[in-house]
Amino acid sequence: MSIEIRNIRKQFGQFTALDNVSLDVASGELLALLGPSGCGKTTLLRIIAGLEKPDAGQVLFGGADATHTHVAERQVGFVFQHYALFRHMTVFDNVAFGLSVKPRRERPSQEEIRERVMKLLKMVQLDWLADAYPGQLSGGQRQRIALARSLAVEPKVLLLDEPFGALDAKVRKDLRRWLRDLHNDMHITSVFVTHDQEEALEVSDRVVVMDHGHIEQVGRPDDIYEHPATPFVTQFLGDVNLFHGRVDAGQLTIGSYEQALGQHQDADGDAAVAYVRPHDLDLTLQADGALAQGRVEHIHAVGPVVRVELRQADGQTIEAAVSKERFRGLGIVPGDTVYVTPRKLAVFLKDAPGQQDYVI
Amino acid sequence: MSNILNLRHSVLPGFRLSFGITLFWLALIVLLPFAALVYSTVGMGWDGFAAAVGSPRVMASIRLSFATAGLSALINLVFGFLVAWVLVRYPFPGKRLVDALVDLPFALPTAVAGIALTTLYAPNGWIGQFLSPLGIKVAFTPLGIIVALTFIGLPFVVRTVQPVLEDLEKELEEAATCLGASRWDIFRRVIFPATLPSLITGGTMAFARATGEYGSVIFIAGNIPMVSEIAPLIIVSKLDQFDQQGATAVALVMLGISFVFLLVINLIQWWAARRHGAR
Repeated sequence: MSIEIRNIRKQFGQFTALDNVSLDVASGELLALLGPSGCGKTTLLRIIAGLEKPDAGQVLFGGADATHTHVAERQVGFVFQHYALFRHMTVFDNVAFGLSVKPRRERPSQEEIRERVMKLLKMVQLDWLADAYPGQLSGGQRQRIALARSLAVEPKVLLLDEPFGALDAKVRKDLRRWLRDLHNDMHITSVFVTHDQEEALEVSDRVVVMDHGHIEQVGRPDDIYEHPATPFVTQFLGDVNLFHGRVDAGQLTIGSYEQALGQHQDADGDAAVAYVRPHDLDLTLQADGALAQGRVEHIHAVGPVVRVELRQADGQTIEAAVSKERFRGLGIVPGDTVYVTPRKLAVFLKDAPGQQDYVI
Repeated sequence: MSNILNLRHSVLPGFRLSFGITLFWLALIVLLPFAALVYSTVGMGWDGFAAAVGSPRVMASIRLSFATAGLSALINLVFGFLVAWVLVRYPFPGKRLVDALVDLPFALPTAVAGIALTTLYAPNGWIGQFLSPLGIKVAFTPLGIIVALTFIGLPFVVRTVQPVLEDLEKELEEAATCLGASRWDIFRRVIFPATLPSLITGGTMAFARATGEYGSVIFIAGNIPMVSEIAPLIIVSKLDQFDQQGATAVALVMLGISFVFLLVINLIQWWAARRHGAR
């Protein structure tokens, strides 16, 4: 079932959690709401679920207005960050809960409930724990049970609030992949909230990047990563180096470095910031055509890429990531002066509305 | 001895010293009086014991004590839960005052409570004058005892249930709502089972307190033999007649019954804790 969110506003006292947010979620899609804490992503998810009422705006499920439909009638599955399992019930009873509270006329028979619950437990690969209590399970197992519980009532929409937020790194990675596979099998419209860009980019069909109660960018993961629409998105999606310069009629100038851009043709000497990811910076020993120079401060050579930290004359640091071969070819040691050239820059004009330097 | 205590080496120092003090203190404050009670009773022989405890008046008082304590504990379970629920769930003006009022039965000298309740419920009292035309007598009947014991026990239930309700995650109810549960289902199947262990604890404490309550009861009970005479009063009146052995015999019986009750309730709690997978 598709979800349409139209001009949603939500205020908590003086704090604006959501400021006129509109968003379409296609049927069967796996969508990630990504942003720093306090950006309004969880509030948006809770409004979709009906756990929170918007101050203004509409939520449509499959084209029908559901803004005032009670949570219990929305047929949404909701998975909480801290699992919210019923501690006094066995795993089996937890998963069976949604079926057993149905009105008597709609309630399946005992055998049918048993069959469906065991099928779900098999799906989350925990059927051997049916008689255990949540207190006896690990975090990853609890979250899988919570997922099975929410799927038991065959929801039209699955909503996950930082589902892997409370788990350790290894379990997170496994569950991510597992959720992706599960979604491929079930094709239930799913929205999940996360503050982890890697998680959002890896799992979802589309990513919605949010900040301060509004949507910054919506797009496919690769699209968003390659073509960030705003400085915020650029900085939020990964490590980045900043270079301040000017743009005049599509020509970028940073110190003595010049480059023609395919954009900002009507810029007239405007101040601009160029963002370059560490792996888009190349190190050389030649000063010609270099973007900047710096003294090698630190070399971190563990793993397939070598991360080199440079300090510029004005005290700013630059981080570059080069391949092992390239690093050996250069033969640099801490204290050497090296030059950097960009392979790819994202340039944003400074005076454009709402674009300032973000510090994360 | 030292081998047993050193089996598990602890980072915290002073285990032996603090353990020794703990044992000594428990022995001095708790075990010694019990031992004296048993010793004193054993001295009177089996026949003397049976005569002291088996008289109809004593049996009636013991029965009355436990029955009224049990009933008042049940009443407190229901209304104490309600008070705790209201205090935790709803914001209202004067909430802190109401919260403080709950502790009043703890703080008030029990005799004061007894006199106040008697004044209220006596046939010519504020409440009693409206009840007596209806044929309901509260003061100087077992009903009056229940009223006094309910007053005494309320804070025990409220103060044990309240923190558990406060800690109950909002997400549990939200999860249940998302799964289509009605408000009644949520209460019956999510909230109530989660608070049940604390209800058992609070109810037990209210019950235990009520069985031994003396000060607030003797004023309102009227102390009519076979009707409204509680066991602690029997003990006191036996002591007044210098029948110390008879008094300890009754006390021992009460102790025994209380002990069995506590044991059973502890077993229930242990079973409940296991169900939660806690330990």
